[in-house]
Amino acid sequence: MKILVAVKRVVDHNVRVRIRADGTGVDTANTRMAMNPFDETAVEEAVRLREAGDASEVVAVTVGDAGSEEVLRTALAFGADRALRVDSEAPLEPLAVSKALAAVAGREQPDLVLMGKQAIDDDSNQVGQMLACHLGWGQATFACDVALADGELHVVREVDGGKRTLAVALPAVVTTELELNEPRYIKLPSLMKAKRQAIERLGLAELGVDATPRLELLGVSEPLPREAGGERVDSVAALVDRLRNEAGVI
Amino acid sequence: MGSDGAEREALAYDVVVVGGGPAGLATALHLVQQGGGAPPSVCVLEKGAAIGAHLLSGAVVDPLGLDELLPDWRQRAAPVGVPAGPEAFRYLTGRRAWTLPTPPQMDSHGHYVGSLGELGQWLAQVAEAAGVEIYPGFPAAEVLYDERGAVCGVATPDQGRQADGSPGPAFEPGVEIRARQTVLAEGAHGSLTQAVIRRFDLRREAQPQTYGLGLKELWEVPPERHEPGRVEHTVGWPLDTFTYGGGFLYHLDERRVAVGLVVGLDYENPYLSPFEELQRLKTHPAIRPLLEGGRRVGYGARLLPEGGWQSLPRLSFPGGVLVGDAAGFVNVPRIKGIHTALKSGMLAAEAVQAALAEGRGEADDLGQRVEQGWLRTELYPVRNIRPAFRWGLLPGLAYAAAETYLLRGRAPWTLGHEPDCRQLRPAARSRPIAYPEPDGRLTFDRLSSLLLAGTSHEEGQPCHLVLLDPEIPTRVNWAVYGGPETRYCPAAVYSYEPDAQGRQRLRIEAINCLHCKACEIKDPAQNIRWEVPQGGDGPGYQGM
Repeated sequence: MKILVAVKRVVDHNVRVRIRADGTGVDTANTRMAMNPFDETAVEEAVRLREAGDASEVVAVTVGDAGSEEVLRTALAFGADRALRVDSEAPLEPLAVSKALAAVAGREQPDLVLMGKQAIDDDSNQVGQMLACHLGWGQATFACDVALADGELHVVREVDGGKRTLAVALPAVVTTELELNEPRYIKLPSLMKAKRQAIERLGLAELGVDATPRLELLGVSEPLPREAGGERVDSVAALVDRLRNEAGVI
Repeated sequence: MGSDGAEREALAYDVVVVGGGPAGLATALHLVQQGGGAPPSVCVLEKGAAIGAHLLSGAVVDPLGLDELLPDWRQRAAPVGVPAGPEAFRYLTGRRAWTLPTPPQMDSHGHYVGSLGELGQWLAQVAEAAGVEIYPGFPAAEVLYDERGAVCGVATPDQGRQADGSPGPAFEPGVEIRARQTVLAEGAHGSLTQAVIRRFDLRREAQPQTYGLGLKELWEVPPERHEPGRVEHTVGWPLDTFTYGGGFLYHLDERRVAVGLVVGLDYENPYLSPFEELQRLKTHPAIRPLLEGGRRVGYGARLLPEGGWQSLPRLSFPGGVLVGDAAGFVNVPRIKGIHTALKSGMLAAEAVQAALAEGRGEADDLGQRVEQGWLRTELYPVRNIRPAFRWGLLPGLAYAAAETYLLRGRAPWTLGHEPDCRQLRPAARSRPIAYPEPDGRLTFDRLSSLLLAGTSHEEGQPCHLVLLDPEIPTRVNWAVYGGPETRYCPAAVYSYEPDAQGRQRLRIEAINCLHCKACEIKDPAQNIRWEVPQGGDGPGYQGM
């Protein structure tokens, strides 16, 4: 089985983001970037499947500018065999990303595409689903457990109020939850090796992808500051009493 | 082999540099810049998750260091900031600000007001392009010694140990980086630096190192109050006249203003809280109007070495050298250490290169190279100014003026230092200080400040702040000094809570730590050991 893992470079989750003064988005100049944490679980799972003998090759792919090769190096250090980048200076909308990934899947012919269920920067949660649609493949989103059995993938999904297990025929697209695994620590020797590995580059035009934006960004603003206040109550009973009788919310 | 016998992988380089700050990056870059034969293989380890994440400085940069390291830095558009000027030096009382003549050391003409973090990121890019390998997120936690006792590299810490020290499910042992020369560029009071100084007795002929704690906030101010390049220093209020220190206000580009305070850690009153002194400083009528209506966007704290020339340890040891703040190359009256860090790195690179070429195990001519260049002519004449301030602010200023204008640094004496940890007075003989409550707009508490420092430590790992004797905080720190760590720590790491018997026990929130190292210096019983946490942990400074 060959696995394609899609990863995205986002602002590191420990960074407190700042909005650009003109309100056109988040300031990413000089900001620490990292691999989207959901994608880390996807890479980790792909590498584990290969280590378990269920997969033969793991290929990491990202769509972005030259700087985003940094997350491909991270994927290689995790244990991906190869990496390729679809070049795009401008950040793309989910539809365009899904088309680019579909074109890459067309060339690479993977049996499974793994990716995070969403990226922590725009929280769109769309690319995996759209990709499955372009490819005409089955999909299992929000995976918190993945196992290969008799040529099918058994995927446990996080759903409201519990878990649901699906059997998906391959090829398929699976998007991952953080609960799926605990990504390994990257080893320094692996990172040193990853720095020397070649990264294949593909152009959007070469892949025949129309990346024309279809959305217009009207503005980005910070949430309103929270009203100061709040007080500590002595017991749960007191809390319930005040919520019921004072606030009238329950 | 690791401490508990786990097999560790080993990698070999000609030179390993510990710390990706200005001194370490200058050493690494200058090593590969020098002509003559194949450049050495150089690896830089940095404990921050990114270059710059642990860098904090004012910063007013004297370009002298860059001029020598990268003479074409202007063409390469190095992010040094905006040209400095106008400038002011003011003495504050509670309500008034008196403008004093700017001491010549503080003349910022030809300097730049910028961010050391941004300069460090750029230097790292230049060094990488020149062939240096740089690995942020990988600290050095241990010095390796060869069979003859010389340093032969460092090891990164294990990852994935649990709180009790046992290996967790994702455990990954550290890696040994073996090198012919090890450059310690950890900044002020580095952990490996301290170990090496002790082992080779490098301080034998030097005074103890003393430190200041620098705290800084980054603000975005309304454009009409922003004067790019403006440099202001203050002395006096809110500190008392026997506490060495001073404030700074630097106007960077893009409406940014750095406001900060440096407090000498030889202060005596255990009730003093450098963090709250900075909060008070901002409420001064001469400062408040600048910040009001602005927005605080950054916060951080770091030690700076203040011992000066007489506190420089021996700079070389078998298998390695010390550079930058790890050695103590700060010009204290100028409050500048970036240009000296760059220069000390360059001299170290030249000494290391020569030692490698000649097959010598110790770059033992580094001290001589420093003696012969401008580091000495800059640092030696001002060596007595900082220690004179132990007589108080006004005598200190008077002595500084006499040294500067009359003696011109040629005084036949050199003033010594006492270690900072011995300076605290018992709480019973000290006056409590009542600090005002923060208002949440101009003044803040520590926890909301930490959010802006972006500090994080993976939970579940062994605590990286270790008490050598867990009873001492209750018996000494609390009973005698009233728990000074709850005040000097700028990161709310330390607090006291009564146990079941009603005895005050020290509680350590190591995840808040800003890696400033103040506790290792100021703890009166020298009972706190700062160990290297997992890679990438610690502050996530941006533009600091």
